Amino acid sequence: MISMPQNVLDINNIDVEINGKEILKGVSLTVRSGEIHALMGPNGTGKSTLAQTLIGNTKYKLNGGDITINGKSLKQLQIYERAREGLFVAFQEPVSVQGLRFINYLRTAYSSLHPEEKMEYRKFVEEVKELLAFFGLDNSFLDRGLNDGLSGGEKKRMEALQMLILKPKFIILDEIDSGLDVDALRVVSTAIGKAREGGAGIMIITHYQRILDYVKPNYVHVLINGRIAESGKGELAKVIEERGYEYYKEGEINAKVE
Amino acid sequence: MQKLSDIENTTKMNEQKYDFVTNIKPSYRVDKGITRSIVEEISKEKKEPEWMKNIRLKALEIFLSKPVPTWGPDLSELNFDELTYYIRPEDRKSNNWDDVPKEIKDTFDKLGVPEMEKKYLAGSVAQLESEGVYSKLKKQWEEKGVIFMDMDSALKLHPDIIREHFGRVVPPSDNKFAALNTAVWSGGSFLYIPAGVHLDLPVQAYFRMNGALEGQFERTLIIAEPEASVHYIEGCTAPTYSQYSLHAAIVEVYVKRGAKVRYTSVQNWSDNIINGPTKRSWVEENAKMEWVQGSLGSKITMTYPSSILRGEWASTSNLNVALAIGPVWKDNGAKVIHAAPNTSSKVVAKSISGKGGMSVYRGQLRINPGAYNSKASVQCDALILDGISKSNTYPHNEILEESAAFSHEASVGKISEDQVSYLMSRGIREEDARSLIVLGFLDDVLREIPLEYSIEFNKLIRLEMNKYGAVG
Repeated sequence: MISMPQNVLDINNIDVEINGKEILKGVSLTVRSGEIHALMGPNGTGKSTLAQTLIGNTKYKLNGGDITINGKSLKQLQIYERAREGLFVAFQEPVSVQGLRFINYLRTAYSSLHPEEKMEYRKFVEEVKELLAFFGLDNSFLDRGLNDGLSGGEKKRMEALQMLILKPKFIILDEIDSGLDVDALRVVSTAIGKAREGGAGIMIITHYQRILDYVKPNYVHVLINGRIAESGKGELAKVIEERGYEYYKEGEINAKVE
Repeated sequence: MQKLSDIENTTKMNEQKYDFVTNIKPSYRVDKGITRSIVEEISKEKKEPEWMKNIRLKALEIFLSKPVPTWGPDLSELNFDELTYYIRPEDRKSNNWDDVPKEIKDTFDKLGVPEMEKKYLAGSVAQLESEGVYSKLKKQWEEKGVIFMDMDSALKLHPDIIREHFGRVVPPSDNKFAALNTAVWSGGSFLYIPAGVHLDLPVQAYFRMNGALEGQFERTLIIAEPEASVHYIEGCTAPTYSQYSLHAAIVEVYVKRGAKVRYTSVQNWSDNIINGPTKRSWVEENAKMEWVQGSLGSKITMTYPSSILRGEWASTSNLNVALAIGPVWKDNGAKVIHAAPNTSSKVVAKSISGKGGMSVYRGQLRINPGAYNSKASVQCDALILDGISKSNTYPHNEILEESAAFSHEASVGKISEDQVSYLMSRGIREEDARSLIVLGFLDDVLREIPLEYSIEFNKLIRLEMNKYGAVG
């Protein structure tokens, strides 16, 4: 039995704006190795903003609070440095790069993230092939341009594949479930389970409860209008499904009217 | 963003390169300028047959009668009276290695160019010492009946073959530079492959023996007899320094019935050079001509490798990569004439402009009436790295045969910041992310070039992108 690492991703009271508009207001969350958190909420409530802010997308301005991994602040770090601290974001809409062969890209990424490891290329390719098979993708994906011409579902599977091969400490999955059919959802969910067993701390950002039938979260948080409206254990997901996001919205509107 | 200081630095570098001073006085060279007596003198010095002298003199008249082309890059700085048109090869001056600017030496180091080759590339030695390799290959070729030597020697040893082919694919009347070359040509290679012989010239071998073949007005003639095949490679990706400000080579290629020629050329001239080669092939029935061209350096390049598809089922492809980074103008393109039925052609041109560079695709494609069922496709893609660089496309298509199929695609793109961010989110530094995107853009052409080249290309792109630094 491999002992679980003890990494901590701490999001501490952050305020975030984009284009002068405040999106996140005092959000706090702590994710530890081996935990799965679900961040739920309706569209346009700031879920993706949180993912983008964590990775350091410069369009998003952090006005207050801090984000740390094992006590080290990410605030001053560039995107690639945050990735090297162990943060991985699977994007809702991964971009494509024509002609950049997936395997070349992946090798560059891996050796950037794990410079201390001496990578055996052939072994690495074998691992990637096994994972492709696991996700139901054939070997032709090795040589295809990064996400180039891939369907929505294929892109999501490729993101999930990278989440496994790149061995991050923390994984943020931004709507990984959107556009996935049941089979794909199942395989991606299994992959998330694998990542957790490998010691990653995981945050699943989702609108729907559906994926949580396959991956049982330890904690569920509801984000409404840039604030965490409620946090609870895994069972909260079911409750939310039953009563809907409207429940929170009304309270929020009342609070705004004052 | 480009800083003004970058432009100034580049200009300073140019001055240094121009100053590339030379310590040895040449013992034989003609006077500056171009006149009838100078052309006669060149021919006499080379002890050429009368017919060649006459070809030169006729070309001179054409040269003098043609205006400097004004439809492309600005060539107004060219002063033909100030150039020296012939220096005896053994008297060519060599640069002093100590005077080679540090940045250039650093580039060699970063590219991992071996010590001897560095000096060769910097012009401080005339020829690389690798007689051993050369003579071994030479013996192999001779056994097959292959002739490979410099053009001046070929004119002495194989005058009949030269006379039959010289100046027929590229007549001096083609353009001003072609006329100039024909009048004052010197050096270049002659390659003859007998019928049915297949030959692959190894890059390094060619590169190492290239010294004697080099010149300002090189003349290259390649003849592939029926069913023969050859992959001919010239140039190298490492920066090359030249004492001449104008290079105007001619390459003539005969691809006879069922033969196949691939001509790969990569040039990385220092950015004081105006480079205007004329390259053309004559492609017979069932024959195939492939042009692969990487244009990395020089201040101005104007090159449009052409194929004339004369026989039925003849085909050609033209892959072209041009880098226009810095105060440079790359005018590249292709010319294809479909003059027989069932001929096919494919042109892929990719350019990258940055730091104020200008890249142009200029193409001509003609499908003659009666060239039934011919197929042609042209694809030109431009990548522009910043707001001060440019790219233009001037395709000129004449499809005169109704049954022909023709397609033209063009794209102009930028590196999107979303792409850069995505790659960075996987731990890749910004400069490396940009390099990967650029290399991806070039991938379908890089796949086609010899491995040695594509590895060096990779390094070179990374070097260029690192100079860019973090932009965002």
